[in-house]
Amino acid sequence: MTELFNPSRPVLAEQPAAALFGELEDKGILRFLTCGSVDDGKSTLIGRLLYDTKRLFEDQLATLEKDSRRFGTVGDDIDLALLVDGLEAEREQGITIDVAYRFFATEKRKFIVADTPGHEQYTRNMATGASTADLAVLLIDARKGILTQTRRHATIAALLGIRHVVLAINKIDLVGYDEETYARIVAQFDADADHYGFATRVAIPLSARFGDNVTAPSPSMAWYRGPTLLQHLETLELAPAAERPFRFPVQWVNRPDLTFRGYAGTIASGAVRPGDDVVVARTGQPARVERIVTHDGDLAVAGADLAVTLTLDREIDVSRGDVLVPADARPEVSDQVAAHLIWMAEAPMLPGRPYLMKIGTRVVGAAVTELKHLVEVETFKPLAAKTLGLNDIGFANLSLAEPIAFDPYEANRATGAFILIDRFTNQTVAAGMIRFGLRRATNIHRQALDIDKQARAGAKGQRPGILWFTGLSGAGKSTIANLVEKRLHLMGRHTYLLDGDNVRHGLNRDLGFTDADRVENIRRVAETAKLFVDAGLIVLVSFISPFRSERQMARDLVEAGEFIEIFVDTPLAVAEERDVKGLYKKAREGQIKNFTGIDSPYEAPVTPDIHLDTTAHDSEALADQIVDYLTGNGYLPG
Amino acid sequence: MSLSALPHLRRLEAEAIFIMREVVASFDNPVMLYSIGKDSSVMLHLAMKAFYPARPPFALLHVDTTWKFREMIAFRDQTVRRLGLDLRVHTNPEGRAAGINPFDHGSSNYTQVMKTEALKQALDAGGYDAAFGGARRDEEKSRAKERIFSFRSANHGWDPKNQRPELWSLYNTRIKPGESIRVFPLSNWTELDIWQYILAENIPIVPLYFSAERPVVQRNGQWIMADDARMRLLPGEVPQPRRVRFRTLGCYPLTAAVESDAETLEDIVREMFLATTSERQGRLIDHDESGSMEKKKREGYF
Repeated sequence: MTELFNPSRPVLAEQPAAALFGELEDKGILRFLTCGSVDDGKSTLIGRLLYDTKRLFEDQLATLEKDSRRFGTVGDDIDLALLVDGLEAEREQGITIDVAYRFFATEKRKFIVADTPGHEQYTRNMATGASTADLAVLLIDARKGILTQTRRHATIAALLGIRHVVLAINKIDLVGYDEETYARIVAQFDADADHYGFATRVAIPLSARFGDNVTAPSPSMAWYRGPTLLQHLETLELAPAAERPFRFPVQWVNRPDLTFRGYAGTIASGAVRPGDDVVVARTGQPARVERIVTHDGDLAVAGADLAVTLTLDREIDVSRGDVLVPADARPEVSDQVAAHLIWMAEAPMLPGRPYLMKIGTRVVGAAVTELKHLVEVETFKPLAAKTLGLNDIGFANLSLAEPIAFDPYEANRATGAFILIDRFTNQTVAAGMIRFGLRRATNIHRQALDIDKQARAGAKGQRPGILWFTGLSGAGKSTIANLVEKRLHLMGRHTYLLDGDNVRHGLNRDLGFTDADRVENIRRVAETAKLFVDAGLIVLVSFISPFRSERQMARDLVEAGEFIEIFVDTPLAVAEERDVKGLYKKAREGQIKNFTGIDSPYEAPVTPDIHLDTTAHDSEALADQIVDYLTGNGYLPG
Repeated sequence: MSLSALPHLRRLEAEAIFIMREVVASFDNPVMLYSIGKDSSVMLHLAMKAFYPARPPFALLHVDTTWKFREMIAFRDQTVRRLGLDLRVHTNPEGRAAGINPFDHGSSNYTQVMKTEALKQALDAGGYDAAFGGARRDEEKSRAKERIFSFRSANHGWDPKNQRPELWSLYNTRIKPGESIRVFPLSNWTELDIWQYILAENIPIVPLYFSAERPVVQRNGQWIMADDARMRLLPGEVPQPRRVRFRTLGCYPLTAAVESDAETLEDIVREMFLATTSERQGRLIDHDESGSMEKKKREGYF
């Protein structure tokens, strides 16, 4: 076994009571992550730190020795990476898949370290670890220098607001402890330093495997005069958080009985005292803080990161997701923002697709309206792009279903960070950092009109709504829609039919058949249908509309009961057999790309309002089924 | 020593309270797994704080294998009475009928039937969409990899290779019917943090954590306590009184004691600074093989 450096374990048994809490110096806690490309030694470095700071117990060491013999990748030596690579798949493959959180302490400071994966495939797990870190230890294999993945991790760390970086130039033993190699890599990194904008950058040549410059100075590198990694981590001064205004995202309304109504939450920044004047950021409603309630008694003042419950001096409308702020230092309120996005899902980002945004304790509908550019990590040149794929970084405008209160991310992480969630898979698909609000929204006010939808529909003696026909190409949507419209017309009802093919000849002639264009196609049709509903009409929309998300978007645009989803259910084999327009044949021959059902998915409705089985009934009978539904549900009074 | 002088513990406390409130605000039917040990005691104490002046708006669930130390059950009932909480206890009825026990059926089968299967039964029966657990990341390597809001399929399975990204403190609480989330408010606490917090807040714990003379036998180098008459003694084994305590509590035939003179919380914290073995050393089921915890967790174990 390699000889390992062993500082003595701190012995506190004889110290006074305060020492039982180990809060010996007020350096506080340091959260950092190890990142960098695959195989650069991140897990080994953390294993080394744990080992050398004596954070390992005898039974853990025994397990480590056993595991090293079984899975080890370093011959007969202890494989320190096995201390952190805790998943079976990781041990079998010798790689890190997900972030591991480890804890250690020295006499000077406590540390939480996130060991993050280097593979590009698992970049989202690196971002998870980076989002809560104060410092990034960026590992670089001295033999390979700075790689694309090194730059990607540096870029993500910088975007997430990490201020301090350590260049850990690892495996220095494999280049003969060569000073020139070290200097060349540092210069290579510094050439891009302006793009990252880190506040501090310390470069340390080290060997995680043998321990050089990790916790003890290396005897093999007399030329290096800087600190060891541990010395630097122990002594780095974190600038105290700048004085920031009070922000209190309301998490939960506490109403145990009629006499108490409190707003529970964690103070995101600033401080609060009883008597302070606050407003609800979203509505501007004012109130005064009455009490700061905790289980340990009321507080006279409460600062950032404390979990408290506030009571106000009057009854105002406050619910989960609202932010209480000082009347004289309010955040921005807007439904249009510009933000950096780190895309984390296999399914690409599609402009216009409705996602859910979680910001603070608020969840609100959100869509990307415009992808301004892609951030490219080799040259940092902004690239034009239509979508974001897995692990892409982009800068985009987002439009929200309702206005939100926020601060720019650099001013306040807690009120400027968000995630995007897919409405159907519930996956977290992106991390976002708001850079600024867009003025556009605050200046375009909606014009209030005196004659409204009810008035117009009333004049026609009908209840307006959208009959949304979805189904495969050739399922029979247009045929049935056409029959239904004829019958409604005979009944004296005022209708309009929007047909997929027809609209593509006019309004949507600029759109193709990529996923992004399909989403935009549906968005425009849904908005158009909404205008017709507003005019009091019964609108028939006949579109393949293959994605659940977009049908949901259309449903969300209008009021409850105004959207009737009709699933024209024809199995693919039957539609292909009919092949009225000869399109399936062309698609099978590869002449048409992105054809629904062939090489582009169709997501069938799970609970359509009307389900039409075209294999069991003819079109006339199915049209009857729809008219019966409309009559039965009060759309056609009288 | 007041918490206001202990910024590190204060921060951990605030984080745990935030997590608990997030669950109550976002889920319809949460439940708190209560295993009676020190971590559960801390978690329950934090829940009392998080919702004050209201009571925690969820029930406690104890999966009783019928092989817990008697003092644990007494402490459980007394705690629930003292705090006025709603406790639900579940034992796997098939396991009980078949007389599954750690002596005849092996620790691994026994754990599967009386803990993992029992837990799944109880979660299904209650229709819980979120369940709090007191696990900490510093306990074990696969726990160190787990999210604070850890997604479970409708079969309670954990897919460690495909966890949701979890950035900042923006927890994704969205699930489909039948799916659930396991929530770990103590993820970032270490064993030392737990003991320091218990000391600072003077939280009641099961007396088995303190040293006393107890009847034990030595088996494979471990001290096992004969807690009741069901203890199977091997030929030649005679329980002898020894000054021992427990660093971790579970089913008595599977939980080893350590020799110790620590009679107070201060003594325990001092002992922690000198400890040379991990707390899991005393949990016999974790030694089956490397990676055994991950396997159990994928099958639905907490």
